[in-house]
Amino acid sequence: MTAVTAAPPKTAVSALSVENVSHAYGERIALDEVSFHVAPSSFTVLLGLNGAGKSTLFSVITHLYASRSGVVRIFGCDVARKSGAALALLGVVFQQRTLDPDLSVAQNLAYHGALHGIGPRETRERQAAQLARVGLADRAGDKVRYLSGGQMRRVEIARALLHRPRMLLLDEPTAGLDIKARAGLLEVVRGLIADEGIGVLWATHLVDEIRDDDHVVVLHKGRVLADDSSRSIVLAADASSIGEAFTRLTGPGREEADW
Amino acid sequence: MSEAAFARERPFGWPQRLICLYGIVWRESLRFLHQRERFISALVRPLVWLFIFAAGFRQTLGVSIMPPYDTYVLYEVYITPGLMAMIQLFNGMQSSLSMVYDREMGSMRMLLVSPAPRWFLLTSKLIAGVAVSILQVYAFLVVAYFWEIEPPTWWGYLTVLPALALSGLMLGALGMLLSSLIKQLENFAGVMNFVIFPMFFASSALYPLWRVQQGSPWLATVCRLNPFTYSVELIRFAFYGQVNWLALAVVAGCTAAFLGAAIIAYDPARGMLMRRGG
Repeated sequence: MTAVTAAPPKTAVSALSVENVSHAYGERIALDEVSFHVAPSSFTVLLGLNGAGKSTLFSVITHLYASRSGVVRIFGCDVARKSGAALALLGVVFQQRTLDPDLSVAQNLAYHGALHGIGPRETRERQAAQLARVGLADRAGDKVRYLSGGQMRRVEIARALLHRPRMLLLDEPTAGLDIKARAGLLEVVRGLIADEGIGVLWATHLVDEIRDDDHVVVLHKGRVLADDSSRSIVLAADASSIGEAFTRLTGPGREEADW
Repeated sequence: MSEAAFARERPFGWPQRLICLYGIVWRESLRFLHQRERFISALVRPLVWLFIFAAGFRQTLGVSIMPPYDTYVLYEVYITPGLMAMIQLFNGMQSSLSMVYDREMGSMRMLLVSPAPRWFLLTSKLIAGVAVSILQVYAFLVVAYFWEIEPPTWWGYLTVLPALALSGLMLGALGMLLSSLIKQLENFAGVMNFVIFPMFFASSALYPLWRVQQGSPWLATVCRLNPFTYSVELIRFAFYGQVNWLALAVVAGCTAAFLGAAIIAYDPARGMLMRRGG
């Protein structure tokens, strides 16, 4: 509760550390010795095609199921062994829409608050600030059904921030959004890093969402092919853009049709 | 910062868990109120049995004096506890269906990223379903009252409540277990054919066991092995202000077994969720 405990020392602990995580569904290997770190106050892009293992990795990080081997830590808390403490520090925006369309924005937030042990009154106090941050301060009473796709996503971000996480996971949050909504969403999330010092892991298959100084982890067929700043990855691959670097890394002829 | 420091800063003790439980029950009730069709069909289903089936069979099936009844009773009086249990059976399966649906929609995942322990989250979800099923049963009893079906004293409406809570827990836990084990549960017709109908018909809901025994000793054995029979009898006796200890023991035991198995099935390390790639 004190100012001392409010911000973890940047050098000491990663916001998220994934260490040698492997997972298989029967014979099919989904994750093969995946390791990387996300620093506090950083924007890390998990770049991979559909089927690269991003969703499996998110399931392991959120402790939906345990990986066959390896450790995931959130600010030092082992997700498998101290899941309560780890999950309290984690905010998640899932790929699927997870708002109740028949309930209002405020009711959806109240439910999330309760799941994190925050009472109705405190949720009401917090929700105004979070909704204002995503530009939806006047929509609290509206049914989710009447929001646009981009607005729903922004509500999900406000919801994920309600319990004041220090690490935010977003699984393909821009899927199905138009260019303007995508840009708006990115701006909101990048703003969080500057304002709150939150570590962000942003999974995507869209290279145009990446900036030169972003940390990029390239995941392909369950393996990490690159883990560096976007600029360095481009240089190392002798490419002109991160898109070209990604194509070179993942090899010719391996581009799936849906990319 | 150490793990211990984080744990101190973000406690998740019983006060937080109670807020969590309250939130889950509150959301389930809100959702139920928004789904008016579900409420109406939950009410119409037992009423069809009561008004049509029971009225038609009144002459064919007489029920003699047997505990908890101390006089001859009309057939519709006999099947009312069975219909109360049927409401809970449907509701238990329907909530399990909604868990599968929820999981696909991702809101099950949202539930499971709460810092509360998973057994607590699943139990809370179960309690929320039971609360909804009790609402449905009392709505049915209000209509049945006007059909002159009522407990011997008004106390019956109160004494039946703990029986409904326990039997709702058992049937909900069974549904939860099925939802984690059956891969494709999106089709409710399949659950009807393979779970609800056999459980309902092979029980003491529609006919007393001694009558079944006369007709088919084999079927009577199946009825005796069916946990739903004990749900029905627990409710029947409680409605008359009595306790059927055997039914109580069986229902309590089955609740513990089904819930334990469901929690294991949803366990992150052993779970069935993994196979599907959830």
